[in-house]
Amino acid sequence: MRIFWTLARRELGAFFCSITGYVIIAAVMFLIGLSFVVLMTNLGSDPSPMPVTEMFYRTYFFWLIVLLATPALTMRLFALEKFSGTFETLMTTPVSDLQVVAAKFASALVFYIVMWLPMLACLFVVRHFTNQTCALDAGTVGGMYLGVFLVGGLFLSLGCFASALTRSQMAAAMISFVLGVSLFSVGFLAEALPVATQWQSQVLSYFGLFEQMHNFARGMVDTRAVIFYVSLTFFFLFLTLRVVESRRWK
Amino acid sequence: MNDNAMIAVTDLTKRYAGRTAVAGISFTVARGEIVGLLGPNGAGKSTTMRILSCFLPATSGTVRVSGFDVFRQSEEVRRRIGYMPENNPLYPEMRVQEYLKFRARLKGLNWRRSRERLGTVMEQCGLTEVGRRIIGQLSKGYKQRVGLADALVHEPELIILDEPTLGLDPHQIRAVRQLIKSLAQKHTVLISTHILPEAEMTCNRMLIMFDGKILAADTPDNLQRLMAGGSQIIAEIAAPADELREALSQMPGIEQFNVSPCEGEFQRCALTPRDGYDLRPAIFALALERGWIMRELTRSRHSLEDIYVQVTKPTEEEDGE
Repeated sequence: MRIFWTLARRELGAFFCSITGYVIIAAVMFLIGLSFVVLMTNLGSDPSPMPVTEMFYRTYFFWLIVLLATPALTMRLFALEKFSGTFETLMTTPVSDLQVVAAKFASALVFYIVMWLPMLACLFVVRHFTNQTCALDAGTVGGMYLGVFLVGGLFLSLGCFASALTRSQMAAAMISFVLGVSLFSVGFLAEALPVATQWQSQVLSYFGLFEQMHNFARGMVDTRAVIFYVSLTFFFLFLTLRVVESRRWK
Repeated sequence: MNDNAMIAVTDLTKRYAGRTAVAGISFTVARGEIVGLLGPNGAGKSTTMRILSCFLPATSGTVRVSGFDVFRQSEEVRRRIGYMPENNPLYPEMRVQEYLKFRARLKGLNWRRSRERLGTVMEQCGLTEVGRRIIGQLSKGYKQRVGLADALVHEPELIILDEPTLGLDPHQIRAVRQLIKSLAQKHTVLISTHILPEAEMTCNRMLIMFDGKILAADTPDNLQRLMAGGSQIIAEIAAPADELREALSQMPGIEQFNVSPCEGEFQRCALTPRDGYDLRPAIFALALERGWIMRELTRSRHSLEDIYVQVTKPTEEEDGE
């Protein structure tokens, strides 16, 4: 456990001490702000009964941010270490592969959550100027952040996997972007398919990330979705671990 | 197998897809030795070291470090080694102190012990003044020292250094060598290099590797003696060439000689002795007896460089074809 903390602290240090970390935070803040402005102008012209958080997730901004930011966060994790050779110094200390994978994933997740915190400010703004109490309703905000957390976990584990596969950060980012976009699009496939193929559309509907996130944002936590995200996250982390181990049997 | 051996390698082979990097080598390194792994680039030195440090698995053969198998008891082995890979990779965004502390903690030192060791290795490696600087902004020499300090920080039994002086200037090379030599009392050291004088100066024993095999393994002195049959005595004597030739041809112990005129009256004699003979006293006695003036009498020893070139040459030519 001590080694896990040591590793996680270094990884977090690498996020917060490097310019890339702040560029990512700045970019995400910019996109959140932009979507907020779009939302506000829409709201001004057309009043709506929905909570603000839900409105936000009905736009594609959220997904754009997740799909773009997660590869940028995770691409460095393994690829850079392999490229610069520090992977060798790291793996020749008495650390286990599991500790390394867990620490890298955990630090990326922490950074990811920090990256989303500025959005709270937007909600405060809404409440302050509109007297709309439901903007900061504990249930909806909690559900929203749980959704953000679960979706992030899944996409970050995808990114970890992609980064472990290659020495090139660019390739890692592209692989995780492609994997992420395909996972995201599978949900839409369910709607596009004819109803005749029942079990297939049922399976595909579990991949409806867009709809699930929508539910979270309404403050509705569906255990099926939670289990789906958590298990898929662990699946990709398991694959990452296998890839890291693979140098021992390759 | 010898229990006292720090490293025991038996029939180690490593194959990459379509290429054999290490072809069935065996060697042992005793505790407290400084051993140089010598060979041209691509001879399999780094691969051997990576296997020793548990980073890569061997294709076949066994490797034991301090009695532990590198594959099955990898964690025990990793606890006992300090490894500095080629090109000395570091995290450029970290500060020197911070990095060394991080590494000490990773290697299982507790908070107090790591702080203690930090001070010791920083002083040992001359890093005290740059402790708060960012690694990425240090000069190459300092970076190398940070790598060395990292290898030493947990007081490992075995230190493995892959080309520790690569890319340093002569002053820095000298400092690094001094440091390595000073480690000899407490640790076993295995260093790889393709620079001969380096091995000659620092190592008790050398393993010359080429094309995945060990071609020669001995102390630098023994390796030189091995080649002593080819060493020559050079003498410069002022004497008539004919008389000199005659005198030399009657002298026992000379296998071959060659007299060529030098400036003035001096003649330069290159003498090849028979095995084991030291001709120098006889030459001196000869000059004294005849009243000839002698201004030079030396034995040109084969440098390790000659041995190295000779040992690694035949295969190199095959390689070129």
